[in-house]
Amino acid sequence: MKIRTDIVRMYKDVHTWVGIVSGLCLFIAFYAGAITMFEVPLQRWASAPIALSAPPPPMERAGELVEKTIAAHPEAAKAYRVVVATGPEQPARMIWRVERPEDEHHHAPDSYFASTLRADGSVEVVEQPESPVAQFVDVLHQQVGLPLDHEIAMPIMGAISLLYFVALVSGVIVLLPSLVKDLFVLRAGKNLKRMWLDVHNVLGVFSLPFHIIMALTAIVFAYHDQFYDAQGAAFSKTDVRAERGGGGPAPEGALLAPHLVVQSLAAQAPDFEPQVLLYSTRPNGAVGLRVQGVDPRHGLRGPTFGVAGVDPYSGKIVMSDYLPGQQSGLFATITSFFALHFGNFGGAPVRWGYFLLGLAGAFLFYSGNLLWVESCRKKERKAGAVVQSRAVRFMGNLTVGVTLGTIAGISLTISGAKWLPAGADFAFWHSLLFYGLFLAAIGWAFARGAARASVDLLRVSAATTLLIPLTSLAAASGVVGAWNHGGDTRCIDITALVGAAAFLWMARLTRRRVTEGPKDSICAAPSKAGAKRDRARLN
Amino acid sequence: MHRPLSSRDWFGKASAGLILGFILSLGLCGLFGTMGPGSVDYDSARGQLTMWLTAPLWAGILSGCFLFGSGRRAWAWLAIANVAVWGVLVVAGKVVGVSL
Repeated sequence: MKIRTDIVRMYKDVHTWVGIVSGLCLFIAFYAGAITMFEVPLQRWASAPIALSAPPPPMERAGELVEKTIAAHPEAAKAYRVVVATGPEQPARMIWRVERPEDEHHHAPDSYFASTLRADGSVEVVEQPESPVAQFVDVLHQQVGLPLDHEIAMPIMGAISLLYFVALVSGVIVLLPSLVKDLFVLRAGKNLKRMWLDVHNVLGVFSLPFHIIMALTAIVFAYHDQFYDAQGAAFSKTDVRAERGGGGPAPEGALLAPHLVVQSLAAQAPDFEPQVLLYSTRPNGAVGLRVQGVDPRHGLRGPTFGVAGVDPYSGKIVMSDYLPGQQSGLFATITSFFALHFGNFGGAPVRWGYFLLGLAGAFLFYSGNLLWVESCRKKERKAGAVVQSRAVRFMGNLTVGVTLGTIAGISLTISGAKWLPAGADFAFWHSLLFYGLFLAAIGWAFARGAARASVDLLRVSAATTLLIPLTSLAAASGVVGAWNHGGDTRCIDITALVGAAAFLWMARLTRRRVTEGPKDSICAAPSKAGAKRDRARLN
Repeated sequence: MHRPLSSRDWFGKASAGLILGFILSLGLCGLFGTMGPGSVDYDSARGQLTMWLTAPLWAGILSGCFLFGSGRRAWAWLAIANVAVWGVLVVAGKVVGVSL
């Protein structure tokens, strides 16, 4: 395809600069995002066993459990959940949180309350610590790694997403003229930059639909409040926000028992599998009920669930806007945007596909940065410079430090979920483990130079990733006082094991290239011989 | 014959795409959301779809604004487009608090 050369050249500059500005943030977002594909299994893996003496009562006795629990703990009535499908990550039939005023939003809570019925029918309540690690990785993903308030980080993420979209458009324009020639070729030869460029192009083109979806949905996730406010101020004739959160109908009779709600739902929405019933009591005493669940045939509005609004007195569905399978055409369309971002349709194969696409995306940004460094390097060689400019060294070091620091740090903080002592301030420790290693990796990259540090940091990444299955193994064999749930949480351990092996393999490859590869590459260790040769070339 | 484009005037073009591009996106969303049945209220499907439309429009304008000959032209053309779109909205009485 023919495009005017000045346009291609201009968009190449645009691509370079938006890529350099946003690439490292996007790497963090994609690597962490790939892991959030398995947020629920990760949460299960990281959840300590519950300290209740009796197992959850059957659903048929959930009504009795709720009544007795609220009689003993009236504060639970404000907002509590009845768990239909209990498991290690939601180990009790009834769960509630007592919110402190400061953590209304986005702050991972450290504990919740859970209750069960003893054999004699009396109620037992424990305060259960909750691992925030899955949430921590999710927030890293959402906030592109920025440890800032959500309200500050999200607009920055939005700006990064806008740059990301511009990078996609400009990248396609740059590639279009040579698309047919370049796409199916991987020139793995002496010209390292050519090979990186081929890899970058192939990844970019084949995952382009995925990236367009991610860029556009991320812009909406960052700015939806601002968009709604602007739209409402300009065109909305009614002030809907003021009407929201109103009283609702006053209490009418007794609540329907939870198992009857589930039965009633089964009749109204046969393919919807309810997982959690979320009850809330409004100030006027009226009880509201939302039911979270899945329908394997449909995409979901939430990351891992759809929602039905249900009348808790009659069991009738009163709001099906977010109920998979029963949405209007427009709402189903909007839900598809969410589902395409979250990868929550099509079950496990799609989740694994998204996981791989996420990792490939992270690699796309890494290779983009590397290309910039390599091409600046080359230009300087041609001009005869010996000492690389500060900018090139800086960017090379930063790229290695940030990317490998992210990988190593996430693995370390995940493994910490099982060996951090009960009662510790989990949120603080997970932050410390991640950001501590992340910053140390950046420091190490600057101290050792990108080439040597990349080998070191890949080994560190392999080691911290290996800690994940080792922690489980130690727990399973009773060496440490942690837990191991087995079952499908083994997929976390096996994936980490494969990851650790991959990082070791990459460390070996990188080491070979550092010592034997082309000396004028960013991937080469500065050697005395090379410096001598450079001097000779100058003279 | 065009003057060859270059990335030198990027700030003028990008700022036009960012600022006027957003206002234009909002106006185009308004055309989509208010012309026809339904409302753009927060809870309605139409309102949500209209909000979603902002992202591709804004990002698209921001990506394309480099094709303008200069920063000044980007500002001028996008301003004209804004006047046209918002003019239609005002004439049709769709903008809150503004009536002819």
